[in-house]
Amino acid sequence: MSLADLWSILPQTLLEGLLLGFVYAMIALGYTMVYGVLELINFAHSEIFMIGGVAGLEVFRYLSNGKGLEVHNPFLLLFLALVVGGGVAGLVAVLVERLAYRPLRKRGTINRLVPLITAIGVSFLLQDLVRAIEALWHNEFFLRYPTYPLLEKTFFLPLGMTIQTKAILVIVIAVLMLLGLNYLVNHTKLGRAIRAVAQDMNTAALMGINPDAIISRTFLIGGSLGGVAGVLFGLMYTVISPYSGFLPGIKAFTAAVLGGIGNIPGAVLGGLVLGQLETVGGTYLSFLTAGNFGSEYASVLAFLTLILILLFRPQGLLGQNVGEKV
Amino acid sequence: MSAVLELKEVHTYYGHIHALKGVGLEVRQGEIVTLIGANGAGKSTTLRTISGLVKARRGEVLFQGKPIQRMAPDQIVRLGIGHVPEGRKIFPRLSVEENLEIGAYLENNSKVVLERKNKAFELFPRLHERRAQKGGTLSGGEQQMLAIGRALMQDPQLLLMDEPSMGLAPVLVDFIFETIQSLNKAGKTILLVEQNARLALQVAHRGYVLQTGELTMQGDAKELAQKPEVQKAYLGEE
Repeated sequence: MSLADLWSILPQTLLEGLLLGFVYAMIALGYTMVYGVLELINFAHSEIFMIGGVAGLEVFRYLSNGKGLEVHNPFLLLFLALVVGGGVAGLVAVLVERLAYRPLRKRGTINRLVPLITAIGVSFLLQDLVRAIEALWHNEFFLRYPTYPLLEKTFFLPLGMTIQTKAILVIVIAVLMLLGLNYLVNHTKLGRAIRAVAQDMNTAALMGINPDAIISRTFLIGGSLGGVAGVLFGLMYTVISPYSGFLPGIKAFTAAVLGGIGNIPGAVLGGLVLGQLETVGGTYLSFLTAGNFGSEYASVLAFLTLILILLFRPQGLLGQNVGEKV
Repeated sequence: MSAVLELKEVHTYYGHIHALKGVGLEVRQGEIVTLIGANGAGKSTTLRTISGLVKARRGEVLFQGKPIQRMAPDQIVRLGIGHVPEGRKIFPRLSVEENLEIGAYLENNSKVVLERKNKAFELFPRLHERRAQKGGTLSGGEQQMLAIGRALMQDPQLLLMDEPSMGLAPVLVDFIFETIQSLNKAGKTILLVEQNARLALQVAHRGYVLQTGELTMQGDAKELAQKPEVQKAYLGEE
């Protein structure tokens, strides 16, 4: 490839990076919000994301299987899938907190490793639970999102870029969700209570806030965002299995650390930066290394970023929101 | 006068440490009662036990005759007990105004919230000047005002105050104590924990002396201030 060729594919690469970045940002918010209130890395969040994707897919399947209720409009189908995917994921996240993390918290476990290992355990449990359910139900657990001509329609943009309807939808939905979350956190009573609990749980209780209720809602919000991201991810990249939460999940976690874990704008920034790094890196790596490393090394870039961030700027790009002692 | 708050034989532990060993005290309607004692005597633990942040292992905490020692802190707040915690504990990354508003978390009527907020700004004009600033950027005195203002936003019947004068310049200490008295005159019942025993006994009606988890003396604040043991141990007089 000549330099001019590389230059000409740059806009398209950036656009695809943006898309991936929004998906990462939405997952990263779940990690960062839970970390904000509990200082827990909820590794099960990648499975919450996957469950959202699978639940959304079930909606597509159920409403177009020719038995009973049928919906033909792909936009309506997608809307329903997003609602169900987000809802189911949010509820599972709440259940995980209620059944796994809260009992540990109430027992006053001081060792931070205990909830962390629990999170990893929950993660495996959810993977195989979904696998079992899907296998019993459909006899397969590698699932494929349906494609609709209306959603696959390609538009031509300036600078040689092209974009599909579904990609436009992903961007629009992600931006709406992020704006909604920003409003919720910064301008509502619930948001204020979430921030108060994140800063000082005991003092928040002295204000009449029930920390457990706020923690539940935080899991609900973070889980729903993750679930919606799961549906969007499935729509974009079409294949989803009980194990497809792991890699995007851990990358979104990287994004959250990159932006500054616990910091909400940081998670969005981290997601967008990581999306670009991975896409741009994946596209240009083979050129830069004279063909020795191809796009299959894109993920390595993500984790290299994590390592570098942890080494040189552990508080992340925007800084970690930790309650400073006054 | 009836007892608003009554502690009966309260025992509180931190793990294996026996912090309160059978504390019994009462606070009556309209009083300022002060709890004085050295560092580590259990003063803050007493307040934290009342507001439910730590649980009494034995004994009873009665608020208006109702046992509350098993209730969660956010439930106790609902009954009308406000707590200005030790070290102020304002929310550093919420603005001054948000800190006040979160004090009125349980009040759903936005008109009432606004009224209370204006009252707090009237009491502490400095907070009004700084209302958009983050709590963490305030000076110690301003943070104390904010902590008191925030507790008042709950419009509590009983106000627990933990070392409100700690670390403040003398002129601010006087201001805080004047505020405590004017709040009391306006009808608030106050349980005040203080290291500054002299000032505390001046503003209080009654006092208790706490020593390593046990009450050793109690009575009228003016009389307590005259007792040689109190003078020697807490007022720095020979």
